[in-house]
Amino acid sequence: MDDIVTDNLSKSYASGWPGRPPFVALDGLSLTVGRGEIFGFLGPNGAGKTTTLKILMGLVRATSGTAQLLGQPAGDVATRRRIGFLPESPYFYDYLTAEEFLGFYGRLAGLNHAALALRVTELLELVGLVEARTRQLRKFSKGMLQRIGLAQALIHDPELIVLDEPMTGLDPIGRKQVRDLILSLRDCGKTVFFSTHILHDVEMICDRVGIVMKGRLVASGRVDELVRQDHTQSVEVVCQQLKVEGNAFIHSLASRVLQQGQQCLIVLPTPDAVDALVGEIRRQGGRLLSVTPHKASLEDLFFQEATQEATRVLPQMTSGRAS
Amino acid sequence: MGAIGVIAVNAFRESLRDKILYNLVLFAGLLIGLSVLLADLSITEHHKVIADMGLAAINVIGVIIAIFVGISLVNKEIERRTIYTIMARPISRTFFIMGKYLGLALTLFVNMAIMWAVFLLTLWLYHVPIHPSLFQAAALIFVEILVVTAVALFFSTFTSTTLSAIFTLGLYVIGHLTADLRSMVANHESGPIKSLVDLLYYVCPNLDMLNIKGQAAVGIAAAPEFVLMASLYGLVYAGFLLTGACLVFQQRDF
Ligand SMILES: Nc1ncnc2c1ncn2[C@@H]1O[C@H](COP(=O)(O)OP(=O)(O)OP(=O)(O)O)[C@@H](O)[C@H]1O
Ligand SMILES: [Mg+2]
Repeated sequence: MDDIVTDNLSKSYASGWPGRPPFVALDGLSLTVGRGEIFGFLGPNGAGKTTTLKILMGLVRATSGTAQLLGQPAGDVATRRRIGFLPESPYFYDYLTAEEFLGFYGRLAGLNHAALALRVTELLELVGLVEARTRQLRKFSKGMLQRIGLAQALIHDPELIVLDEPMTGLDPIGRKQVRDLILSLRDCGKTVFFSTHILHDVEMICDRVGIVMKGRLVASGRVDELVRQDHTQSVEVVCQQLKVEGNAFIHSLASRVLQQGQQCLIVLPTPDAVDALVGEIRRQGGRLLSVTPHKASLEDLFFQEATQEATRVLPQMTSGRAS
Repeated sequence: MGAIGVIAVNAFRESLRDKILYNLVLFAGLLIGLSVLLADLSITEHHKVIADMGLAAINVIGVIIAIFVGISLVNKEIERRTIYTIMARPISRTFFIMGKYLGLALTLFVNMAIMWAVFLLTLWLYHVPIHPSLFQAAALIFVEILVVTAVALFFSTFTSTTLSAIFTLGLYVIGHLTADLRSMVANHESGPIKSLVDLLYYVCPNLDMLNIKGQAAVGIAAAPEFVLMASLYGLVYAGFLLTGACLVFQQRDF
């Protein structure tokens, strides 16, 4: 059972000038998010993450393609009772106090009076804002707003939680709290779909990720699978008492050589050359300290996709300019 | 249905915490009080001036509040992006607009009630007779305010705050002139001007119909049927505008 299914989702924004073509923010995006999954939606600035989330929440209409949440078309009013949403850098009614604010959203979600009072306290505790409960939101700091925004998204105990960059604006402790919160939501059987450009967060908690660039989904799958697909695992070799300067053989093998005092760090692009390098170090009378296979991270994949995208787009741009 | 109420109560609460409204209502009180100073007239003239000025002050301040809160009601939500979390809730866009409108109507009602109380107090202090016609005039002022609010809300669903203010103000002025314009060109032969004035007359709200302040101030009551029909006209007009606002709002991207 999939909680989110998008099929060939596209969105063009009118340019606002007659004659100028519309801007394509999303281009045939298809992805699925299973029940009980934490899905990380990854992409650089302007990739179309927020646009996708807005379409899912019915705030923006797709130009073409379909999106379904919990088996209903995106934007279905009744289904929203089962969905929680935190927008990007959230803005709220700043004349309300934290308590009134959560009460307002709870009542909108149809909670009754008794259930609400309990729930508000529970959530204020969860996001660590109990002392600020009677403070107006206009007096909140950025991170506090992010926290109250999260509480707002969870007030009605939704099955599916959609978060747009939930970690931005939070301190390291807050970040960890949010990560733990997302994990505990999954433990309760909830589905979490969140966008971010912080790779570390994704690597740590997501079951699956999708990488979006220029409105297109360029990769998606389990984090370990995506990373394993990437065969160019580099190896870091550290040794001592070795004169690397002028050693053409080592320089030809390595992608990077760093001499720091006595120690020398040699980075090999593939594990194949390790034997050859170790032999050379022995021959030169160096002392081997460590050999560390550097597991390719999501970050490498991310940059690799970004570079490919750039090399695909750049020639077009330059040739366009030449003509 | 509950959601409309939640939105309305919150819109009301928002305006209660907005200091500008207090200032405007205070200003209306001042204007009403000021009418007393224009007293260098015969006693009947004096009474008429106090009633006239009081009603005018209530009308003008009410319309100003209606325009300025009306245009920002929905626009502010979009510009400040507070709309995102609201629209992510199980409430339809139509209910959101209705809730906002009802909340503002409630605010305007309370404001009018305060101004009305100050007005009656002034009349009583200066022994001005309180005719039933004054109540009729006030009722129609409130209907006019409801129409103006709907106009402001309608424009604000698709244009910027500034343009909405200009359009609403424009429609308000035209709405008071169309009836006069029409009778002016009625004698002329038919022509493009006449058709244009006819078009304006039927499209714009005939706000002059809702203005019986002049006769009310001298104690001439209007026929109850007229008050009823005029109110009905205003409410139906507001209803059409709100429907339009909902239809436009339904199509919007945020
Ligand atoms: N209302 C709009 N009108 C025109 N273009 C828009 C509009 N909203 C977004 N865009 C464009 O669509 C593209 C995708 O924007 P989007 O906000 O989805 O990016 P994002 O992936 O969320 O980026 P970020 O990480 O910076 O939040 C951007 O190039 C943006 O300029
Ligand atoms: Mg974004």
